[in-house]
Amino acid sequence: MKTIAELQALRDEMKGKVGVRREGEYRTKILVGMATCGIAAGARPVLAECVKEIETRKLKDVYVGQTGCIGICQFEPVVEIYDEDGTKTTYVHMTADKVPKVIAQHVVNGSPVVEYTIGANAN
Amino acid sequence: MVRGHVLVCGGTGCHSANSDDIYDAFEKEIEAAGLKDEIQVIKTGCFGLCALGPIVVIYPEGAFYSQVQPGDVKEIVSEHLLKGRLVTRLLYQETVVDENTITSLDDTDFYRKQRRIALKNCGVIDPENIKEYIAFDGYMALAKVLTEMTPQQVIDEISKSGLRGRGGGGFPTGKKWAFAAAQPVGDKYVCCNADEGDPGAFMDRSVLEGDPHCVLEAMAIAGYAIGSNHGYIYVRAEYPIAVKRLRIAIGQAREMGLLGKNILGSGFDFDIDIRLGAGAFVCGEETALLNSIEGKRGDPRPRPPFPAVKGLFGKPTIINNVETWANVTRIILNGADWFAAMGSEKSKGTKVFALGGKINHTGLVEIPMGTPLREIIEEIGGGIPDGKKFKAVQTGGPSGGCIPAQYLDIPVDYENLIAIGSIMGSGGMIVMDEDNCMVDIAKFFLEFTCDESCGKCTPCRVGIRRMLEILEKITSGQAKMEDLDTLENLCYFIKENALCGLGQTAPNPVLSTLRYFRDEYEAHIVEKRCPAGVCKKLLTYSIDPEKCKGCTLCARNCPVDAIVGEVKKVHVIDNNKCIKCGTCMSNCKFDAITRK
Repeated sequence: MKTIAELQALRDEMKGKVGVRREGEYRTKILVGMATCGIAAGARPVLAECVKEIETRKLKDVYVGQTGCIGICQFEPVVEIYDEDGTKTTYVHMTADKVPKVIAQHVVNGSPVVEYTIGANAN
Repeated sequence: MVRGHVLVCGGTGCHSANSDDIYDAFEKEIEAAGLKDEIQVIKTGCFGLCALGPIVVIYPEGAFYSQVQPGDVKEIVSEHLLKGRLVTRLLYQETVVDENTITSLDDTDFYRKQRRIALKNCGVIDPENIKEYIAFDGYMALAKVLTEMTPQQVIDEISKSGLRGRGGGGFPTGKKWAFAAAQPVGDKYVCCNADEGDPGAFMDRSVLEGDPHCVLEAMAIAGYAIGSNHGYIYVRAEYPIAVKRLRIAIGQAREMGLLGKNILGSGFDFDIDIRLGAGAFVCGEETALLNSIEGKRGDPRPRPPFPAVKGLFGKPTIINNVETWANVTRIILNGADWFAAMGSEKSKGTKVFALGGKINHTGLVEIPMGTPLREIIEEIGGGIPDGKKFKAVQTGGPSGGCIPAQYLDIPVDYENLIAIGSIMGSGGMIVMDEDNCMVDIAKFFLEFTCDESCGKCTPCRVGIRRMLEILEKITSGQAKMEDLDTLENLCYFIKENALCGLGQTAPNPVLSTLRYFRDEYEAHIVEKRCPAGVCKKLLTYSIDPEKCKGCTLCARNCPVDAIVGEVKKVHVIDNNKCIKCGTCMSNCKFDAITRK
């Protein structure tokens, strides 16, 4: 390393990689249902895709985590998104392919993807 | 694409409790669960709460698992990492709100009042990976100094911050640097004193193990400030993990061009070597340390000349303690005013203490200077186990003193501790309860200094031995009241006449216990009694004939056959044979044995 610019570039790159170690407030929380039913229905690639999307978009104030079974096993994989004001949106029958659209439209632009929500799929 | 980090404590405490096996188990179980690409396992430095080790922290939840065993790992991986369900039984109970909800560690009694500056990266980064250090602004202070500041500005900033030596003396760091900088241009040296020798102190060890780069970076900054190109770290060979991580850190810093020639293209050269100490306590004294680095016997030299004028190899040298170094980069990055805003009038910033003895939360704490002792012991330290009564707290190791309960509300800083007969020292803090004999404590420290005296000057070599002999007389019930006067006179004589800090401060444990616990000394001498029941030669065990059932348990367990008696008849202890081991007392099911 010969210049300060190189040092700064390395720091910025590494900061993204240690970002999960910070404790603090998050704007949005994405919780993927990872109970047995969720995993069996394919929740793991959904979770992985969420993490990947958040990382590529460098969304530092968005938390991605897991949650347990909420009793609607027939709708798994389920993803719940909590907005800053506490509103919860429940997405059902999620797949990895649907994730980028949800992140872009809901998390970044603030308008839920209605056709994937439980309301649109209840019947 | 990593979504979670598992931090396994690799500090000395957890390491000795097999945290290496826990780390390996995580690697294995995560691989088996197919989470290898999603979860990263990192071995960090000390989290501080050593009493609850081995510790594992999992992010992003910030879940703090305590007393984890390798056998628990599978459950943590399948429950927490895979399904997102916290393993409540292993969580640090203070963080548990209800099932699957936890509060932040910062809200627990142990961490709430702490302010981690020197320990900022301990338990946060992987100390064996320079990139993690860089992620947390590592080497940015060095970059700032090399590009934006003149050497004089660096010294002014350190002076303005009010940083004082954390090794115990409390000498203003900026002033020390200014002395060395004022010496004529030529070979100069920067040294790090990592010869932490006080019994019960482990803060320097933890900094080196948890954040070795912050010491390297700070030494390079000092090199720039005083015009030196070479540093030495003098670290004791008994710290193998610290030595290993320092070696890795130096290697990585050299590889990245952050040590060596022309650092960051600034034209400034600086390199660091390690020297291992063989464990002599006196080598923590700065002039003895310099002799030892030079390959000579670790004897102290008379001062002046001070090392800043004539130090290592006869050249101007600055020596700072590990914790002092750990504060430097933070001051450069955040500014002197930020640092000076913490602490008390004359003692700025924070201090790391190693809490030990009769305390619930044994471990490392970093608190702002000026925090009352009571807060450290009762809130952060979690109080004294088993509802026992607080008697005293020992600070400053063999050079310090015992502080009794009446001073628990004084704010901790350099001046206050000296005023009540102790010292800050390197930061050992040993809590004692009603079961500790203060004469025995004084004797313990005197045995230590007597062993560690280098023998160069008579007051220390002979004087401390005479003091120890008097203490032995007292604890075996053979002393007279005149001996107490001789003991006190010896204390003052040694303090005034010893050559170096070791001898000058060695009488402190005796002086402070004489000052606050004279009644205990007198009980030993006059009544031939040890009030705390510690000094064996003054104890007698006897069997209460009313309570004894003649079960023979005591007699069967006595290692020297000092108890006689027939089955179902009252037993008797032969005090000529008794070695006062207390085995009979702990075995008796009827509380029939008493100790006086």
